[in-house]
Amino acid sequence: MPGRLVLLHLLKDLRLEWRSRDAINSMLFFSLLVVVIFSLAFDPTRALSREIAGPILCVVILFAASSALNQAWARDLRNNVLDAHRMSPAPPSSLFLGKVLANFVFVSAVELLLAPLFVIFYNLRALGNPWLMLLAVPLGTWAILINGTFFAALSIRSRNRELLLPLILFPILTPALLAMVLAISAILSGDSDPSSWIQMLLGYDIIFTTISLLLFDTVLNAE
Amino acid sequence: MPAIIQLESLSKLYGSFVALRKISLELEPGRCYLLLGENGAGKSTLLRIVAGLLRPTHGTIRVFGEPRPADTRDRIGYMSHAPMLYDELSAVENLRYFAGLYREQPCLTPKAALRAVGLDPALARPVGQYSQGMRQRASLARVLLPQPDLLLLDEPFSNMDAASAHQMLNLLEHQRAAGKTILLTTHQRELAQPIADFTLILQAGAVKSFVEAHA
Repeated sequence: MPGRLVLLHLLKDLRLEWRSRDAINSMLFFSLLVVVIFSLAFDPTRALSREIAGPILCVVILFAASSALNQAWARDLRNNVLDAHRMSPAPPSSLFLGKVLANFVFVSAVELLLAPLFVIFYNLRALGNPWLMLLAVPLGTWAILINGTFFAALSIRSRNRELLLPLILFPILTPALLAMVLAISAILSGDSDPSSWIQMLLGYDIIFTTISLLLFDTVLNAE
Repeated sequence: MPAIIQLESLSKLYGSFVALRKISLELEPGRCYLLLGENGAGKSTLLRIVAGLLRPTHGTIRVFGEPRPADTRDRIGYMSHAPMLYDELSAVENLRYFAGLYREQPCLTPKAALRAVGLDPALARPVGQYSQGMRQRASLARVLLPQPDLLLLDEPFSNMDAASAHQMLNLLEHQRAAGKTILLTTHQRELAQPIADFTLILQAGAVKSFVEAHA
């Protein structure tokens, strides 16, 4: 799969989002809401914050990503553009990888904007190595997006696709979400070594990226 | 001359609904075929099967001698009812993007393709703000971009004013003269008749008649 084609699809998706800002706006609004509501629900002392910040961060990322994923293929479905892709000789896996990378850019941008807010609202200071967050969060985000983009494509021909997506996505994501929560909690509390959870995330990402790339052609051309 | 499209007892079912029933045809290269029929006669289904977007339920198909039309998709240009373009991008941006997908094929430049269909390449408006007729023309420009040998056009003249439709007709005439095969559906029979070599009429999914257009 030529990188040039992946880049072509990625730049197209970034341009489309830049013009409409549909995904970024809904993700930002939703994520801010979750961060603020949870900070009001708890009285976050530092010790409690370290315990709850990992799960809350994962909830924020998961729901922000879900909001982006629901729209991931909407522009390609409108005007039957997906048929133009099916008619082109470009490998479908390049379209898929470009779409996952574009979603990764959107969700990462939201994560970067939310990071300082998270530290302020939850009064956070990591006792473990904070730089490991730069591994745990992107690997967890990739796990959500690679599966999410794949299953969003699988459900595009369904009438209830917005309901169907979380129903098939969340159970498959459970191991990755668990590893992400435990890795982030370990980094924040400093109680244990997060490396095994990070390795698990890496393994999960490699397996599901490979499977998705191999199966996407079948999904795209399904009737 | 070997047939470019061969259909043998081809049927397509959607559940229990029979969209196409036992169609057997051979279409020659370099000809223009007019596909007529009422709504629901199976015209669009037939085009989608030839394009490789649908699989027949029964029967066989060969396009350019290949049993799987999808294997020859770089030689097929397909235009559907929908423009198959991104609303948020301008026509040039759309065409530049799609030309990038045909990396090993000599393509027209986006500007040349747009000029060929009578659209101004300098038009910066996104396609979503075009009129229906302009969207049709931009869609045809996308089809012409990789210079396909087989053009499958589903209602190419719909929503076009008379002048634009005649311009499209001249363009298709040039394509046929250049040796391209054209299979087009339309409800405007009189309009397309001058460039047609054969007329194929479908009725309830079956071939009602297949005759020379000027016989």
